[in-house]
Amino acid sequence: MLTDLFEYKFLQYALVSGILASCACGIIGVIIVEKKMIMMSGGIAHTSYGGVGLGYLLNFEPIIGAFLFALAAAFGIGYLRRRGGERFDVIVGLFWSLGMALGILFIALMPGYPPDLNSYLFGNILTVTEFDLWLMFALTLFVVLIVAAFFNTWKAYLFDEEYTEISGFNTRVLEYLLLLLVSMSVVVLIRAVGIILALALLTAPAATSVLLTSRLSMRMVLSVLIGCFFCIAGLWLSYIADIASGAAIVMLSAVCYFTVYIIKSRVRGDKKHG
Amino acid sequence: MSETIVKVKEMSVYYGGVNALSDINLEVKKGDFLGIIGPNGGGKSTLLKAVLGLVPLNTGEVRIFGEKPEKARNKTGYVPQYIGLDKSFPVTVNEVVLTGRLKPGIKPFFRYSKSDREAVDEILSKVGIHALSKRRISELSGGEFQKMLIARALVSRPELLLLDEPTASVDARSREQIYSLLSELNKDMTIILVTHDLFAVSTQVKSLACLNTNLVYHGKPELNESIVHNLYGCPVDLIAHGVPHRVLGEHEHGDCGGSIC
Repeated sequence: MLTDLFEYKFLQYALVSGILASCACGIIGVIIVEKKMIMMSGGIAHTSYGGVGLGYLLNFEPIIGAFLFALAAAFGIGYLRRRGGERFDVIVGLFWSLGMALGILFIALMPGYPPDLNSYLFGNILTVTEFDLWLMFALTLFVVLIVAAFFNTWKAYLFDEEYTEISGFNTRVLEYLLLLLVSMSVVVLIRAVGIILALALLTAPAATSVLLTSRLSMRMVLSVLIGCFFCIAGLWLSYIADIASGAAIVMLSAVCYFTVYIIKSRVRGDKKHG
Repeated sequence: MSETIVKVKEMSVYYGGVNALSDINLEVKKGDFLGIIGPNGGGKSTLLKAVLGLVPLNTGEVRIFGEKPEKARNKTGYVPQYIGLDKSFPVTVNEVVLTGRLKPGIKPFFRYSKSDREAVDEILSKVGIHALSKRRISELSGGEFQKMLIARALVSRPELLLLDEPTASVDARSREQIYSLLSELNKDMTIILVTHDLFAVSTQVKSLACLNTNLVYHGKPELNESIVHNLYGCPVDLIAHGVPHRVLGEHEHGDCGGSIC
């Protein structure tokens, strides 16, 4: 594979996009696992399918449509959560399926043969284009910079939102900024593993890092590294075994998480009994 | 006549569609140590949040140091109820207390200064948990966690300290320590404390308010039966087990019928 990597551009693109996706989802993943926003992120990811459909229908770049829909979903869910009243999981569930339904509708309205949407649903890291790569690069850079530059504020906000408000910060701005970062990460992930599998790459590296360290910054670093490992190893697996790249990456992530989980609980059990 | 620190005028608050507070008038002078007691759901926490400007008022106004609460936040320290916080969050005691030194504004790549760190060390020693500075918050006991929250509020050197149930889920020894710390702090700080801990509040505070949607009583820390009747709807024996002296006068008649009021 190594010689192929130097020879074929699509393999290089795949590798770089895997690393970019790991950076974005590693950092944001730690935050959403800590803030218990996993299902909400799933809702945001799935709503973006409507944007993919709209892109095809109106003939613009589907990934831009996905980003706009993800953003609308994130802000919509965030607004309704802040207002309270309705059950939060109901809202997430409805956004989730409404987005998918809109995607199906838009595709059906398209004249001629429907396009192959598998690469958006399940991702295909091997078909990443140069445009995709630049988009992923810009989004990832933004996510990493915003989190790193205001790390101390984020840490205070994640631990105690109310106190951060009292300290003089506008937590509404922080909340919507976080939602923006989540939707950006989701878009980065769509190219790598697809809408349906995005949730795995958003949670598995972060959840694995939770088992391994109890420092927030270390969790983020570790989660990025674990994500990179999942992406590169998954890519290699898909290459040699000729299976879908998204599926390979996700299966590897899940297997690794559960392996670490079992080892960790064994060790903890030994400590208790010993 | 000493300076008025907190002034609440004809304040009403609806919280989640419920009339949580109605027509509250309250004045707290500089150097006071006010205890607020009342039944669960009586609006105690909401009153603190209104004083901090965290909940919108329906009517009336709140002035802290003569200003809107939002403007006075740099002079106000707040110790929230600790059940609302995630004890498994990956931070150390030191890191939590440092967040009390965060200043508002957009400051990219902000790092805490040396004086921030020294202030944290000093406060941690004062509160008595300096040895736990590097400890993860998930490894703290209830009392230690509460002391950490007090330290976070103190590290910004406030002139007014608001505490919401600081002795809930705290063992008896830590409770003693927290109250003696508060009375020492009261020498140069105005304190408002919300609690269900009736015994301690009556013996430690300088003045007392009883809250059940309305303020039922506000004055010297002496409870009598009619106040408590208004507050809880029936006479309640306020005396905790093992408490050496009675706070209240004897009940004249037990018309509670033995039922839970």
